[in-house]
Amino acid sequence: MIQFAIRRILISIPILLTVVTLIFFLMRTMPGGPAVAVLGDYASKETVEALEKQMGLDRPLLVQYAEFMGNLVRGDLGRSIINGRPIAPEVGRVLPYTLQLAATSLLMGIILGVPLGIFTALRRNAFSDYLGRTLSLAGVSIPAFFLGILLMLVFSVHLDLFPVMGAGNLWDLRDNLYHLVMPTLTLGLMMTAYITRTTRSSMLNVLQEEFVRTARAKGLRERIVIYGHALRNALIPVIAFVGVYAIILIGNSILVEIVFSRPGLGKMMIGAIKQRDYMTLQSVMVVYAGLVVFINLLVDLSYGWIDPRIKYE
Amino acid sequence: MSEGAKRVREKGKLWRTFKKNRTALVGSVIILTIIALALLAPWISPYDPLEQNIRSRLKSPSQAHPLGTDEFGRDVLSRVLWGTRVSLTVGILSIGLGLLVGTAMGTIAGYRGGIAGSMIMRLVDVLLSFPVLISGILVVAILGPGMGKLIFTIGIVFVPRFARLAYGPTLAIKEREYVYSARVIGVGNLRIMTHYLFPNILGEVLVAGTLWVGTAILTEASLSFLGLGISPPTPTWGNMIKTGVDRLTTAPWLSIFPGLSILTTVLSINMIGDGLRDVTDPKLRI
Repeated sequence: MIQFAIRRILISIPILLTVVTLIFFLMRTMPGGPAVAVLGDYASKETVEALEKQMGLDRPLLVQYAEFMGNLVRGDLGRSIINGRPIAPEVGRVLPYTLQLAATSLLMGIILGVPLGIFTALRRNAFSDYLGRTLSLAGVSIPAFFLGILLMLVFSVHLDLFPVMGAGNLWDLRDNLYHLVMPTLTLGLMMTAYITRTTRSSMLNVLQEEFVRTARAKGLRERIVIYGHALRNALIPVIAFVGVYAIILIGNSILVEIVFSRPGLGKMMIGAIKQRDYMTLQSVMVVYAGLVVFINLLVDLSYGWIDPRIKYE
Repeated sequence: MSEGAKRVREKGKLWRTFKKNRTALVGSVIILTIIALALLAPWISPYDPLEQNIRSRLKSPSQAHPLGTDEFGRDVLSRVLWGTRVSLTVGILSIGLGLLVGTAMGTIAGYRGGIAGSMIMRLVDVLLSFPVLISGILVVAILGPGMGKLIFTIGIVFVPRFARLAYGPTLAIKEREYVYSARVIGVGNLRIMTHYLFPNILGEVLVAGTLWVGTAILTEASLSFLGLGISPPTPTWGNMIKTGVDRLTTAPWLSIFPGLSILTTVLSINMIGDGLRDVTDPKLRI
């Protein structure tokens, strides 16, 4: 297992390098260059050149790239073009909010989705199965921001139960959780829909396997067949998909942060685009890249841990 | 039985199973209705979607305006109908672009193989691990807003997905007898790819592409909602919701109706997808 883990961790490094390099060079393809993007199309040639000099954009591209990578390794994400403040501490301030939201939503999805998936698979084609399938299909079809808006209308505007915006104080548990309910509900319901669908179809697949028939044939009780034999095998693909869904979740968290005005990486990124702060945008993208690569790594590791066959591939 | 007759019979069987699948059938009826509404928008919209009328601002749904009016007194129903055109156009064209470029990329990488081929696919896998929305935001932030750029952006985001889809079957098909014989009689590489490989992967690619139109529509709506897609006054479901959010307490219809339109469209496409999966995966057939 340790060998597998080390190999898998080593593979993530070139992947991360590729993505970060791609982000760096993509940002340089902006029409007119980043300085024009900041100053607008009508800026004079002198101001553009002055800003390019100040930002170090007049130097050869490879020198800039080397410096960017060097800084990155040291944890330096550069400075904002708009206010000149270092970006890394700002990322450090908002990242916990995004991670907290992602974690609670994913947890809600797993806690509700897995049992719902098993339940609907065991009652295949019954009314409850149809209802579950319809709702989960709607759950994967609804835009995250619209679901957020609907929940907001019901729980915040009509029932006045939860706050409409903000995240409260991260370190004040009560205040924090109070503000977390609505965004978590939004993304958690989406995750529930995804995980219910995967668990159901995986369970249906496994229930048709030979070993389930064997277990039944030798007279094991149905409970043991389902929870002891079928479920354990059915959960293997679910775990792989939870990783895919976690990444969908990260994407959708941007929308939810905007809907609920909740601080976070997504809100920081959209703000940077609106202000044409390309340095902040680039840095936030790099952080997202790190997050995605890290999630993929975690999924692969847990996969190897649960299904020993994977390690020997 | 001849090859052709067999194929016709297979197709007939697929169609019959599909017809029996109520979910897929209902989904198809809904999406066809939505397409019809989009095509007929200029004739069935009760008002001009851009026409402002200061006197009837923010009116709740009534007989004159079944879905109410917005902050400029524009008719929400007409805007939702015209928005359907924008959403479907962006969804279909961007997927078309992604399909063309991505399938070509995957086919070439699979057919030529070698180090270049596997390098391309490694890169594709890395790109695939990124959320559609985040890749979309990055490209659109660089290109700027506008319908053409948005189609290009979403198309680009889907290129690796189609490349991955085309790559596997290409690897398998290029080893087939008939491809070898074609090469022996001197058919060129380009012609082999376009006439011998492509028709065989087209079916699978088209099915996936149809379903991804739903994802593309969601992406367009999300980008427009974030203010990075199509800017007002052109009505799109996403930017209508964006302006509606600020008036959620006083005029909820501004965001609810465009939102329901997105949900219905994407849901109907996904219903077809679920139906197709039931048909193609006999293990799960009811």
